[in-house]
Amino acid sequence: MEVFTTYILIVINALLVTNVIFARFLGICPYLGVSKKISTSLGMGVAVVFVMTLAAVVTWPLQTYVLENPKLDLAYLQTIVFILMIASLVQLVELILKKTSPPLYRALGIYLPLITTNCAILGIAILSIQERMNYPKSIVFSAASGMGFTLALLIFAGIRERLELTPVPKAMRGAPIGLITAGILALAFMGFSGLGAH
Amino acid sequence: MNYGREFGKGIWQENPVLRMLLGMCPTLAVTTSAINGVGMGLCTAAVLLGSNVAISLLRNRIPPKVRIPCFIVVIASFVTVVDLLMNGFAHELHKSLGLFIPLIVVNCIILGRAEGYASRHGALPSMVDALGMGLGFTLALFVVGGIREVLGNGTILGARVLPEMYQPVIVMVLAPGAFITLGFVLAGMNKIEALFKK
Repeated sequence: MEVFTTYILIVINALLVTNVIFARFLGICPYLGVSKKISTSLGMGVAVVFVMTLAAVVTWPLQTYVLENPKLDLAYLQTIVFILMIASLVQLVELILKKTSPPLYRALGIYLPLITTNCAILGIAILSIQERMNYPKSIVFSAASGMGFTLALLIFAGIRERLELTPVPKAMRGAPIGLITAGILALAFMGFSGLGAH
Repeated sequence: MNYGREFGKGIWQENPVLRMLLGMCPTLAVTTSAINGVGMGLCTAAVLLGSNVAISLLRNRIPPKVRIPCFIVVIASFVTVVDLLMNGFAHELHKSLGLFIPLIVVNCIILGRAEGYASRHGALPSMVDALGMGLGFTLALFVVGGIREVLGNGTILGARVLPEMYQPVIVMVLAPGAFITLGFVLAGMNKIEALFKK
């Protein structure tokens, strides 16, 4: 039962309290870039959840058994190894999807190359190592963080679709009003901070 | 080649943050004070300088098909160097920037300059370009960090500028303040640009 509560807390924390976008500021570029329509932001969100979880599955054993191996002592290579791992992972996922599931590839295909330079993926992979999580916890944490990203993206896309129709001062159009909207959303998400008791 | 113009474009017309909307994550995350903003800006500028020069020297040796992975390895190596140097010589700053130092790897400004400039120009122009872009980035971070520090803490670079009786707007140094400040700074830039065009 206790194990169960820990996982629920990790999920609530990653989803609402320390949301990737609103509290950690990771993945702002896709957040502003692909949030014009709800359908495209859902596609991006699913792709991010997918790659983020896979990245945790791959990077955790790599860090624990290779980089932190006392015989090798390669911890200083973390940044280089992780980014290469994520880049090749994205390529691999793209190839597999293309061969096995063309409809899914058509839906997610265009988002996958963008994900390599999405700092949320590398950021969450490094964070779960820094916070010394164990293997299952780091996987749950990464999946929940991806879902938090999707949630933020969907809320923002919904607002933005309405924002298109409103008269906004000329200098504020586009990114400025988008950022201010995000600020107000972040303010709302701060209300969840009481939920995340450790 | 006009080096003055190459240098100047990074600061105003093509300012990476304020005009190109690149590198938003560090801009929002580390600008809780002016000094953090400048520190992050200088770190990024150092990596940009190293990677731009290295890539422009290697540009005829890197096969075009695998250029992006090669660029990422070069950038990640410079980030590791900066990360280790910071940890050794500026430990306090290293701690407060935290996760965002390894994340310089996925800062789109650096990969963008590598692909868009250094891979097509010689070492000297690439160096000038990196200095201009790096300075432009630092300046943008200083402006955002300065505004947040003045409003949220009443100080700038640690020196008090507003009277003691000023009630700090705490939210400005928290997450929502970052989005709102950057939104207004971008809107201000648009306004100034529009006035110049008239």
